Amino acid sequence: MTLFLPELALLLTAVVFFFASLGKIKGARLQGLGILFSGMAVLISLYSYGMQGSLFFNAYRVDVFSQIFKVIIAFGLFIVIYLGNGLYGIDDVLQPEYFLFLTLSAFGLMVMSSAVELITIILCLEIHSFALFIIIPFRKKGAYRHQMEAGIKYALFGAAASGISLYGISYIFGMTHTTYLADLVKIIPGVILKQPLMLVGLVMLLSGFFYKLALFPMHFWAPDVYEGAANETSGFVATLPKVGAVALLIRLISLAGVDAVQFTWVLMAFAVLSMTFGNLAALVQNDIKRLLAYSSIAHAGYVMVGLLCATEFGYLSGVYYIVGYLLMNLACFFVIYNLAPQGENITFADLSGLYKRSPLLALTLAVGAFGLAGIPPTIGFTGKLFLFTAAIKKGMYGLIILAVINTGIAIFYYLKMVRAAYTSVESQVSPLNLKLSTSILGIFFIAVILLLGTFPQGFMSVAKEAIAAAIL
Amino acid sequence: MEQYLIYNSLNYPILTVLVAVPLFGSLITLFIRGDKYLKIWGLVVTLTTAVLSLPLYSDFDLTTAKYQFAEFRNWIPFAKINYVLGVDGISVLLVLLTTLVMPLCILCSWTYIKERFKEFICVLLIMEAAMVGVFVSLNTVLFFIFWEAMLVPMYLIIAVWGGPRKDYASIKFFLYTLIGSIFLFVAIIAMYVTTGTFFIPELMAHQFSFSYQMWIFWAFTLAFAIKVPMWPVHTWLPAAHVEAPTAGSVILASILLKMGGYGFLRFCLPIAPAATMYCMPYLIAISIMSIIFGGYLALGQNDVKRLIAYSSVGHMGFVTLGIFLLNSVGIKGAILQMLNHGVTTGALFICVGIIYERTHSREISDNSALGMIMPIYVTFLVIFSLSSLAFPGTNSFVGEFLVLMASFSKYKLVGGLAVIGAILAAAYMLRLVQKMVWADSDGHMHHGEKSHLPDLNFRETGTLAFLAIFVFWIGLNPGPFLKIMDTSTLHLLQQLEDGRKVMPAGHGEYHALLNGVGESIRHLIAFK
Repeated sequence: MTLFLPELALLLTAVVFFFASLGKIKGARLQGLGILFSGMAVLISLYSYGMQGSLFFNAYRVDVFSQIFKVIIAFGLFIVIYLGNGLYGIDDVLQPEYFLFLTLSAFGLMVMSSAVELITIILCLEIHSFALFIIIPFRKKGAYRHQMEAGIKYALFGAAASGISLYGISYIFGMTHTTYLADLVKIIPGVILKQPLMLVGLVMLLSGFFYKLALFPMHFWAPDVYEGAANETSGFVATLPKVGAVALLIRLISLAGVDAVQFTWVLMAFAVLSMTFGNLAALVQNDIKRLLAYSSIAHAGYVMVGLLCATEFGYLSGVYYIVGYLLMNLACFFVIYNLAPQGENITFADLSGLYKRSPLLALTLAVGAFGLAGIPPTIGFTGKLFLFTAAIKKGMYGLIILAVINTGIAIFYYLKMVRAAYTSVESQVSPLNLKLSTSILGIFFIAVILLLGTFPQGFMSVAKEAIAAAIL
Repeated sequence: MEQYLIYNSLNYPILTVLVAVPLFGSLITLFIRGDKYLKIWGLVVTLTTAVLSLPLYSDFDLTTAKYQFAEFRNWIPFAKINYVLGVDGISVLLVLLTTLVMPLCILCSWTYIKERFKEFICVLLIMEAAMVGVFVSLNTVLFFIFWEAMLVPMYLIIAVWGGPRKDYASIKFFLYTLIGSIFLFVAIIAMYVTTGTFFIPELMAHQFSFSYQMWIFWAFTLAFAIKVPMWPVHTWLPAAHVEAPTAGSVILASILLKMGGYGFLRFCLPIAPAATMYCMPYLIAISIMSIIFGGYLALGQNDVKRLIAYSSVGHMGFVTLGIFLLNSVGIKGAILQMLNHGVTTGALFICVGIIYERTHSREISDNSALGMIMPIYVTFLVIFSLSSLAFPGTNSFVGEFLVLMASFSKYKLVGGLAVIGAILAAAYMLRLVQKMVWADSDGHMHHGEKSHLPDLNFRETGTLAFLAIFVFWIGLNPGPFLKIMDTSTLHLLQQLEDGRKVMPAGHGEYHALLNGVGESIRHLIAFK
């Protein structure tokens, strides 16, 4: 029972929102409830850090690895709820339901990080996805009608990705007669070098998570969904599912063992294509959310560089990078959200003169964007340093050269964002007055991105323990 | 560790202080209100840093090539990234240049900057911390962090306070520098993976294979060549200089460009000695191109700032030429030339800023015949212009003379070509001085024409006079400055000599290319 505490805390939060949806609680009070309960979930998951054990016939493993991801997910949910101050993009009547499904979706991710059996994994993935399918079309009917398109695309692609995953599982099960990761890890390394079918099965299984991570070739949904969904929803979709996906990918990739050359090659190809496609497409975007979608595709490629090394340091840097990505992306979405009090989409034109309207938002955007570009002393830089070190240690110079060229390309559009925010405009602009709570969040983002980038030691030593626990 | 470092024995950790004082000063600016107090605060912080940096000169041990005033702390132990600082004869003067130029940057922005003063002072101070950091880091990751940390403040200085085409200029500056430094980044990681250390002296001691050296050499060279900037990657410089505010131009010219030269001396030569030897002819050829192209392009400019920007390309060409001649005289000349360029070109940019504040134009034609109206101003202008064209008795003469001497002693052809650059410098600088001071003036003041222009005030005179002292000090008594570099330069050449051993068989005639060309041309000239 105590092993399941963080999950219960989130379920409780969901139940609270469910009852809220029956009553008439709205606005600040509703958000206050959300902050209270999700904050409690963060504390509980911190409390249960370090617990170990198995549940549900060993299909559910509680270890350092899963617990650290639970902390990250609970914390991410807390930030997303805190950020959604007023829920500009969501209809008033739907607000409690919005928070309800948001929490359920995070719950799905949380259980996913503990799942160590293939069917359980798929179930958790579906809990998470179904909740998201529902909230993506939640958006005020204004000038935008893309939310329906976004919802349908996300659901269709999601269903297809789950189907492919299940199909892959059928191969794996057919060849190994087990769905437990603990058993698979003993069988697969011996089989994968001789049986191409195993490679195919494993890659198909991973596809479901590539979809969550928006990695090539499962990335097609990202730009449309980001653009169509409300700003706060995009902030969630862009960040938390990717953390969950990385957790699962670490568990699944480590199944193949270290010598699976063809498997590494497949992942390498995906990583490079993802980076290149994402970065090139991002260059020409005008809608900031769309741009961030393509940038997230590129970042999925970078994370993959760490994961495909299949070394401890590779996984470690993958975890560090995805946490950095979570913070930096949330910082960008935080700016977008606060720039659009009507919940509209933001273009480059809306960013211009931002440093006069609100210096704090402009600085947050600059730190976030420069972090995504990988400029020191941000967390993005340190993350790339670790990722590239991991890959060079494996001797993958070609991959690194491609990744570096991509980093160069990416700088252009991140800089374009910062430039837009820092160019002066001729006409008088109205100043943006931020609430105190909003300013605190902005300062928090700046501080964390810089501090975690400068002093990664603490986080890395915690993550190291976690990775050691994850590699079965 | 100890064989490379001499720990700091002053009663304060001087190098950390030099980084930390501006950094904390910049944080405190956020809480100061009122432009007047901000200016004074900026001046106080930069002056404090300058005064605190003086022991670097007075307590410097001339007899050793080890890194002095060193500090060592663990930072990210699991990746062996440590906080190691230290200076040697190559970097100490550049640190001093930085700390001494920064107060002048505040002074020359006193009335030039009209808006967002708080942010300006803040960014300027962050810039100072990062620049000092680059020169004192002995850990490649730390170096890279400072190196990149300069980028954002400099970008903001150009993008927020720049001229009409600031957008174009700032983004060009950013992209060029960043693309170069990404390759630097990969080289740093690659070296770490091979050797297991980020500590620069240990990397210097490590013998890399020749092909490995070639890769990292070109990765370094790309980054530093963009920063210097060398032809053909110099095109960001004129744009950035023209659009940047005066303080930005001064920082760019006086300090940022020096980082390229410093990088060559600190990384390329000692870490990849065999590759340096092998690639030397190409680098010398590019340096010559920079000298001649820079001078030639400066000749055609009508915008004063643009002219000085192109002259920088030429002057920095002398620096890289001196470095890649790979002998003691050349390298010392190059380091001295870096200082000279920092003093002289910085001063010239301040001069341009002063006149721009009065006439709001940088065109030569709008600022002509000032001799009668602003006598103090033109006095300084002439001093610095003469220094820029390496007139005997001024600082640049010593530096350029050393470089030319080194090149004539090694390759006559190279020396001959470099002299063209010196001649071009005289041509464009004298043209500038002639137009700005005299033009068609008959020596009498006419009513109504520019008579409203006030001459220099006390602040401006002080700023320029401070730099003028260095023009003559280095010009007439370069001994102490050269002595500081002596031991470290010899050590550097020793490292090169040791590294020569890795040269693979078949590459014995490594500078056959230039030798061959030089030899044949020499035959032609001598009619043999």
